[in-house]
Amino acid sequence: MAADLDPFATDAPIRPPSLGAVGAARWVWRQLTSMRVALILLFLLAVAAVPGSVFPQRGVSPLKVQDFFTNDPTLARVLDSLSMFDVYAAPWFAAIYLLLTVSLVGCIVPRVRAHWRAVRSLPPPAPRNLHRLPVHRSATVDAADPQAVVAAVATSLTKRRFRVRTSEDGLSLAAEKGYLRESGNLVFHVSLLLLLVGLGVSALLGYKGTVVVVEGQGFSNTLSQYDTFQPGRRFDESMLAPFSFRLDALDASYLTDGPRRGQPSAFAADVTVTDSPGAAEVPVQISVNHPLGVDGSKVFLLGTGYAPRFTVRDGNGDVVFSGAVPTLPQDAAFTSTGVVKVPDAQPDQLAFQVRFTPTAPSQVDPLLGPASTFPEDDAPRVYLGAWTGDLGLDDGVAQNIYALETADLEQLGNRALDPGESWQLAGGQGSITFDGVSEFGNFQVARDPGRFWVLVGAVGAIAGVVVSLTVRRRRVWVRVTPDETGRTLVTGAGLARTEDSGLAAEVDQVVALAVAEVAPAGEEQR
Amino acid sequence: MTSQTLAQASNVAVYGAMVVLTLAMVAFAADLALGSGRVRAAEAARSVSVRRRAAATPASDSVVDDRSAVAVATPPGPALGERDDERWGRIGISLTALAWLLLTVALVARGLAAGRPPWGNMYEFVLAGSWWTLTVFGFLLVRGRRVGHLGGVIAGAALVALGVAVVQFYVPAADLVPALKSTWLWIHVSAATLAAGVFTVGTAATVMFLLADRYERRSLTSTTGGVRDALARRLPSSQSLDRTAYRAYAFAFPLWFFVLVSGAIWAEDAWGRYWGWDPKETWSFVTLVIFAAYLHARATAGWRGRSAALIALVGFVAFVFNFVGVNIFFSGFHSYAGL
Repeated sequence: MAADLDPFATDAPIRPPSLGAVGAARWVWRQLTSMRVALILLFLLAVAAVPGSVFPQRGVSPLKVQDFFTNDPTLARVLDSLSMFDVYAAPWFAAIYLLLTVSLVGCIVPRVRAHWRAVRSLPPPAPRNLHRLPVHRSATVDAADPQAVVAAVATSLTKRRFRVRTSEDGLSLAAEKGYLRESGNLVFHVSLLLLLVGLGVSALLGYKGTVVVVEGQGFSNTLSQYDTFQPGRRFDESMLAPFSFRLDALDASYLTDGPRRGQPSAFAADVTVTDSPGAAEVPVQISVNHPLGVDGSKVFLLGTGYAPRFTVRDGNGDVVFSGAVPTLPQDAAFTSTGVVKVPDAQPDQLAFQVRFTPTAPSQVDPLLGPASTFPEDDAPRVYLGAWTGDLGLDDGVAQNIYALETADLEQLGNRALDPGESWQLAGGQGSITFDGVSEFGNFQVARDPGRFWVLVGAVGAIAGVVVSLTVRRRRVWVRVTPDETGRTLVTGAGLARTEDSGLAAEVDQVVALAVAEVAPAGEEQR
Repeated sequence: MTSQTLAQASNVAVYGAMVVLTLAMVAFAADLALGSGRVRAAEAARSVSVRRRAAATPASDSVVDDRSAVAVATPPGPALGERDDERWGRIGISLTALAWLLLTVALVARGLAAGRPPWGNMYEFVLAGSWWTLTVFGFLLVRGRRVGHLGGVIAGAALVALGVAVVQFYVPAADLVPALKSTWLWIHVSAATLAAGVFTVGTAATVMFLLADRYERRSLTSTTGGVRDALARRLPSSQSLDRTAYRAYAFAFPLWFFVLVSGAIWAEDAWGRYWGWDPKETWSFVTLVIFAAYLHARATAGWRGRSAALIALVGFVAFVFNFVGVNIFFSGFHSYAGL
């Protein structure tokens, strides 16, 4: 029996038919592009994004990830194996958004094709029984020329941006409007793809780096100048634009009274920019919310800090260090810490732990140490701890410039200095002078070649979804026929593809239009 | 007036609004309990909707069909407050209008006191969000939409939000940190507070929808009873509530998308990157994706109605968590609560 239907049937017991490779692929494709799976993927995406806000992320706050590993190494290792510290770069996160992208493409390609056909074709002719449609009206009016009435309604509907098809006998018409709804829907989804492409381009060809620049010093855009640097996957050093700038002055101000005393109220950097070596120098100001755009790159002022200036003489009396030392702010009042390393000092290398307070406290907390009382450098003071011994800088191992490894060093004592004061170290090891205070700016330089397309995609998506959620797609049919008694029967009906509470009113209006065409005072009945 | 007097005037106005909202809530509750006249009108509309539902096949187009059928079969009833036996509803609406006025005063005074737009921290965001909630509600009423029965939930939501703000989030009026000093504060944050208002109104409709839907399903098997059904008997049909909710979300979704995009543009200027998976950004994204799922669910056979409504509720929870939870539990760039 089966053999009659299936030429490939065998004697084997009856099994569900195998799909085969092509069939299976087609089945997977159907599933993937179905709305149900798209819904599930959207949910997965929402859920998968959450852990990135719960656990510290390497790309955002690497120090907090380190802390996590220090505090709870076992849990940290488990979480790390699940990519919980790199959620947005995790394979499972990528799997979700790649599947969603495939689902998106699989959904919009056939819909673009179908919409293209629909836009170029006329609405389907009026069904035989208009009263079977969900919204319908009819009216009987005095005798009239049906064709003329239909033609008049057609003209009026065309004016109201309906696409109208009048039947061959001229007794009925079909009209449709709201094609923009599907256009908007497709624009929304295509724009999302564009946005993803933009993000991808940036991830491949962009870069982002930070650099600390002290007042009076400069920066030129080469790899070696950066403190941190995150290149895109296809980044090449030749992509660095050859600009440079000098930090002329930093201006930070803080609220001096009120409940939020000490809160920053403004900070800005005056810089002189040169687009390329030898080009004209241009003075500009960089501040929060006002980055500098130069040759496709953007320079942002992320924060400010203090760099106390020191002069260090060694045991022989030679100046072995002179300059500004950036310190890291530890609190809102800019109590800052840093290190001066003097490997050139003779006979022994020197190092100083620096604690800087822009406004020194009148009393030092014996447990917590000196803490600044206001972020402005009204009464700057440094608290120094001097060390001597082998700093280990020749080992070739990279060291944190803000921290001092004191295990192999010998302490020479502590001292607080005001600007201009010097400290003669014990045992003729040399001296250190606190010359004054400079400010530094922490700048970020970024190039993001995809960001234009990201913006276009985002704006297109909003425009598309607004259109698709506001435009209503509706079809309206009108038929005008002479009835047995010699009068004229006008029937109208409407069909909405989506949410449309105004459809009934529209059909009312269309029928009224036809009625008015025949006789303004015609008898009506529902 | 000095800025301190203004700030105090603002606080007094907020307390006043809370008192008035409490009274409004009582009035709306009385309306639901005593508004017998509307029960009959609602019953008439629902009988159509229930009959249709019973007859409906699971085919995808049936819902569209019977919705239109209801539109035809039900003559437009009176809006809440138009009839004599709806005195309580009228009182509730008047009190809500008064609370709206007081909140307006509170916002303006706060803005003048601080010398900037009054939405620079969590406390002010709640003020502005509550103001928008009442504004959207009033706008719909003025436009003749029959949303009066949402009044109780809306007044209650605004009251709870203001209460939490006063107790937990209050900070004195003050200047902003530099990163917030931007035209984008006007654009990004005011859009976010408007979205808060629209999401709240939509959620009020969704909650009422779930009550009405439950009642309608139970009335098919004649097992109605209990407080929830007693409340639901006085509600309009579930379809009308579903439509109100959908309209709100359909407005809020592009708006929320705009909040994300304007925030990204601002973030690039202020922090040097337009998207960095900051906790606030992450949860805004999660909220957007959930409401995207809601819109898709509503266009998918088998997901309309209850399932879609539950998705929208999850979306609102994510929205509220994004506002409250993210600022309290996580540290990130959006730590402007000043707490």
